[in-house]
Amino acid sequence: MMRVILSALAFILSMDVAWSDTLIGPTSRQQLNPIAIIMFLGFVALSLAITFWAARRGTKTASDFYAAGGGLSGFQNGLAIAGDYTSAATFLGVTALVYTSGYDGMIYAIGFLVGFPMILFLIAEPLRNLGRYTFADVAASRLSEVPIRVVAGINTLVIVVFYLIAQMVGAGKLIELLFGLPYYVAEIIVGLLMMFYVAVGGMLATTWVQMIKAVLLLSGCVIMSILILSHFGFSLETMFRQAVSVHPKGVSIMSPGGLVKDPISAISLGIALIFGTAGLPHILMRFFTVGDAREARQSVLVATGFITVFYSLLFVLGFGAIALVSGDPAYRDASGALIGGANMVALHLADHLGGAVLLGFISAVAFATILAVVSGLTIAGASAASHDLYARVFRKGQATEREEVRASKMAAVGLGVVAMALGILFENQNIAFMVGLVFAVAASANFPIILLSVVWRGLTTRGAVIGSMTGLLSSLVLVAMSPGVWTATFKFGPAPFPYDNPALFSLPLAFFTCWFISRSDRSAAASAARDAFDAQSVAAEIGLAVSKTPMIH
Amino acid sequence: MNAKRVASHPLFRRLAFERRCLGVTLAGVTAAAYFGYILTIAFRPTLRGVPIAQDSVITWGVVVGLGLLCLGFLLTVLYVLIANTRLENLRRRILEDTQ
Repeated sequence: MMRVILSALAFILSMDVAWSDTLIGPTSRQQLNPIAIIMFLGFVALSLAITFWAARRGTKTASDFYAAGGGLSGFQNGLAIAGDYTSAATFLGVTALVYTSGYDGMIYAIGFLVGFPMILFLIAEPLRNLGRYTFADVAASRLSEVPIRVVAGINTLVIVVFYLIAQMVGAGKLIELLFGLPYYVAEIIVGLLMMFYVAVGGMLATTWVQMIKAVLLLSGCVIMSILILSHFGFSLETMFRQAVSVHPKGVSIMSPGGLVKDPISAISLGIALIFGTAGLPHILMRFFTVGDAREARQSVLVATGFITVFYSLLFVLGFGAIALVSGDPAYRDASGALIGGANMVALHLADHLGGAVLLGFISAVAFATILAVVSGLTIAGASAASHDLYARVFRKGQATEREEVRASKMAAVGLGVVAMALGILFENQNIAFMVGLVFAVAASANFPIILLSVVWRGLTTRGAVIGSMTGLLSSLVLVAMSPGVWTATFKFGPAPFPYDNPALFSLPLAFFTCWFISRSDRSAAASAARDAFDAQSVAAEIGLAVSKTPMIH
Repeated sequence: MNAKRVASHPLFRRLAFERRCLGVTLAGVTAAAYFGYILTIAFRPTLRGVPIAQDSVITWGVVVGLGLLCLGFLLTVLYVLIANTRLENLRRRILEDTQ
């Protein structure tokens, strides 16, 4: 019993470091589950078939490759966005957090969810109306293209690489747990599949993989929740009562525990989550797959609906696990610890509720989720490398579409190799800080230039570039000096920067720099950028620049 | 139709202004609700532990948390409704006038 509590504590403490979206904590390998493997192979076969179908429909033009031809419906895109935003690490990690510490899991879930509508309120429509393939298109619509795209391309690659490392390490550990495969084999399988989806099938294949995964993950959660509630006569009160009576912390699991100890850290993380979502390149890129602003709104509505249901159900799963799994000796090893650690609790719950079939299904869904999320990241990174950096900066817009798409496919393969290599390299590193860093960079380096270029006439190229670089560098430097990296990873002793997330400081600094440099910019280019604002805001509001593509999918 | 004529249309400024107001208001409500929630937990943690009824184990914290989850969705619905009716209407009128 003591070991359970200790490992639970270790888990909570490690979550506390960054409320990370990655799997951390104790893991041990499971025996092979044939049903899980059959279902997983079924998913892989289906996704490969989709990839070939998508490749046959054409990934030759840039629009097909980056934006699935711009012909997805708002509903399809909304499902895919929901897929991008619900990772296996969230599914297993939040359930585990609720299982170990009750209410605190909800605080964590709310943080990730609440930033989502911000995209719609602040940037989704102008983004759709001004952009074609990457979010840099928006800022480049009236600012000097080359410097803007260099900065946006670097930001995107930094975000994608760190996020990929976090997901790949989580994926390797999870697959080790679920399927009993060695860690490096898991990394190679995930890396190869994601390379294949993206390089061969482009955005269309990536989107379909994402949609199928979103439906599977949500159905899994709904089925498990219904089965849980049926144990308690569909009364939440009865379920909570049972959970409180068996949990070692008793009634205190129904109220906030230790997750929010330091208000400044909590607010800093909150700022990163709330504004960072609107700066994540793989999410922003999804808005270019729909035809117009109306469909973009529809996408966010559908995505927010699905994500809200998903996160609410995780709460039921976590409390259901306390009530049903924690008292069951079948899920404990000889010493009394939960088999596989707290991160496995959702799978034990599936086994308890529906036996080997449901366990196999949920395991396969978790694997599918990993594949879909890393594919979405890879295509965002590949399009920044090929569209922003190669075609528009390096070739100065002289590359043919064929050359640009080829560069994109090569970038996807390159990112896949990098992800596998770093995934293996970082196996035993402390990566808890990475997701917090990703959100901080997105909030401090991307969000200010996207927002200001759309809403503020005064923004100039110089202001945007220096502001964005300030946001990026201050986030990176402050994270490097934070307890999660300075103390926990590098073991340099007490951290010079006492908070785990820098966004409270780096985001205002980036906005201030954008404003200050733009205001003091007296160049001819600056006044040209200000003069171009009216034409840009017409395009942003009315959507004149968008060529309407007929619905073909 | 050209961008200059649209930009000088009287309804255009209104469209841009109304969309800005709507977005900023909803973003402000979302941020205020979230930071209010976090700060209450940080400074008055016991407030969230009060049960909703005498004999219930469900606390106000659970209700508020679920409420916050739903709030994001409801505000999204509100934005989409207003944008699809009122703002789309303005946009269509501007397009008709400048065609």
